[in-house]
Amino acid sequence: MSLLGVRGLGIDFGGITAVNALDFDVQPGEIVSIIGPNGAGKTTLFNMISGIYKPDRGTVTLDGDDVTSLEPHKLAERGLSRTFQNLQSFEQMTALENVMVGCHMSERSPVWVDLLRLPSSSRRNRETQERAMTLLKRVHLEKAAHMEASSLSYGALKRIDIARALACNPRILLLDEPAAGCNAVETEEIDALIAEIAQEGVAILLVEHDMKLVMKISNHVIALNYGEKLAEGTPAEISRDPKVVEAYLGSHGGKEAADALG
Amino acid sequence: MLTRIPPRVRALLILSILILIAPMLFPSSFYYRIGTLIFINSIAVIGLVILIGYAGQISLGHAGFSGIGAYACALAPTHLGLPPFLSLILGAVISGLLAWFVGRPILRLKGHYLAVATLGLGMLISMVLNNEAQFTGGPDGMMVASLGLTKGLEGLFDVNLKTSVVWYWFAGVMVLLGAWIALNLYNSPTGRVLRSVHDSEIAAKTVGADVARYKLVAFVISAVYASIAGSMLALFNRFITPDIASFLHSVELVTMTVLGGAGSVLGGIAGATLLTALPQALTVFHEYEHVMLGLIMMLVMIFMRDGLLPTLRKTLTRRAIA
Ligand SMILES: Nc1ncnc2c1ncn2[C@@H]1O[C@H](COP(=O)(O)OP(=O)(O)O)[C@@H](O)[C@H]1O
Ligand SMILES: [Mg+2]
Repeated sequence: MSLLGVRGLGIDFGGITAVNALDFDVQPGEIVSIIGPNGAGKTTLFNMISGIYKPDRGTVTLDGDDVTSLEPHKLAERGLSRTFQNLQSFEQMTALENVMVGCHMSERSPVWVDLLRLPSSSRRNRETQERAMTLLKRVHLEKAAHMEASSLSYGALKRIDIARALACNPRILLLDEPAAGCNAVETEEIDALIAEIAQEGVAILLVEHDMKLVMKISNHVIALNYGEKLAEGTPAEISRDPKVVEAYLGSHGGKEAADALG
Repeated sequence: MLTRIPPRVRALLILSILILIAPMLFPSSFYYRIGTLIFINSIAVIGLVILIGYAGQISLGHAGFSGIGAYACALAPTHLGLPPFLSLILGAVISGLLAWFVGRPILRLKGHYLAVATLGLGMLISMVLNNEAQFTGGPDGMMVASLGLTKGLEGLFDVNLKTSVVWYWFAGVMVLLGAWIALNLYNSPTGRVLRSVHDSEIAAKTVGADVARYKLVAFVISAVYASIAGSMLALFNRFITPDIASFLHSVELVTMTVLGGAGSVLGGIAGATLLTALPQALTVFHEYEHVMLGLIMMLVMIFMRDGLLPTLRKTLTRRAIA
């Protein structure tokens, strides 16, 4: 049984179809990339899978259970976690606190325990702080731990976003353009991190414009155009597919993809 | 040295010291009365710091909960035979329950819609208090039983005490208690979720937080604070009118909260202090209260979005660095 299953998924915005009749599966530990030009419906797809948009058609399953339109926090409890293309940082909180919020599911406690700061509340605080610090180190941001998110660079915030998603202990992680707007060094770090996460057995659904990266790390690739699946296959198959080359790679990524495949 | 103390403890220390030394500067015992009023307003404002400052949800109806607290203390002793202190608790329970039931549908709304819905709630409560004259005395108000603090202490220690002095210390302890709870919350698992909801509801949801539930938690807590403040005001003044639940009072509370810097407990108390003391000091302020409130609100929004204390702190640290 697949970890994530998408069947006939579709949504319209005011009569305009943004995503339509999409089918695909993600197996445990697999990296699946979604490619397609801007406006193809990649983020919309993520928003439907993660429960932010309610799809008009189709179903989403996790381990075979129908989870279509479940609230995002219910999906998080089932091991689905995500990052955002347009940052959704907790701006007035420190980098460390941002990641600590990501640990929410493991530190949840009754409200009155927190109001009275009972020993168990302080203990949870300490444990969460340690775990969050470990995750910050993983994205090389331990030095920024106590800085307010609003004062950090875009590249740093992108990595905090990943650390926060990892704090949820996901089984499947949706990454929406994790390296967009990052400099070369940061991009390299993020690439390495994604490969590392996948090696630990976390399934990854990735939207990324860096074709070199996509072709290198993906188990399979799905090409979208105007909200519909254009092609699906191994990186090699996709980069040779004439429809894909025509619609997307041909315009700006074709050479890169060919280079990546050697 | 001061920086090694956790911010939570530091804030409580500063507050305790201020409460302790303020009476040394009082020219007459009349000032104990103003101090008490400041503390009572501070309690309601601390609740709003949790709702507005931590969780980022607005309410223009919280005076309604103060009204419930106040009238619980006015009505329960005569109608139910409850002692005043238990009436305060009863009021808090009723306010908390009402907030819980009403908060569910209301808090699904955002921004202006939430503001209008809470405004409606406050007006409803105020209308009931005005119209149920056979119980509440209507707009003329009604007498309230005494909490019996002064009598109790005099009996215990065989001394002569001024009511306003006793109340000053009682309300001071209550403010400390309220501040302690709010500061505990700030850096706790629950508090962190509330603060994350302030910045991105969607991100809070995707890390597994039941955002609707947490907003409700903040709403109920702040309603209880407002109710306790209302009860205390009624018991202190021994008289209450429906004005306590009025829209103007709700706006007053929100102005105090944002004036001081909505996110900080000490800031909220500073805002409450200023806006409670000013009308006493300046008669102009008293006469044109509506105008002044509006003016202050506008000036804060234009010149110091973060509120009084955070703006001051930023300016000072910038000076210190430069
Ligand atoms: N909330 C929304 N309301 C209206 N249209 C939307 C909304 N979200 C996405 N769309 C539309 O759906 C299409 C796909 O957008 P998006 O998923 O962001 O593309 P991508 O992420 O592939 O660049 C676009 O035409 C966009 O304008
Ligand atoms: Mg997108």
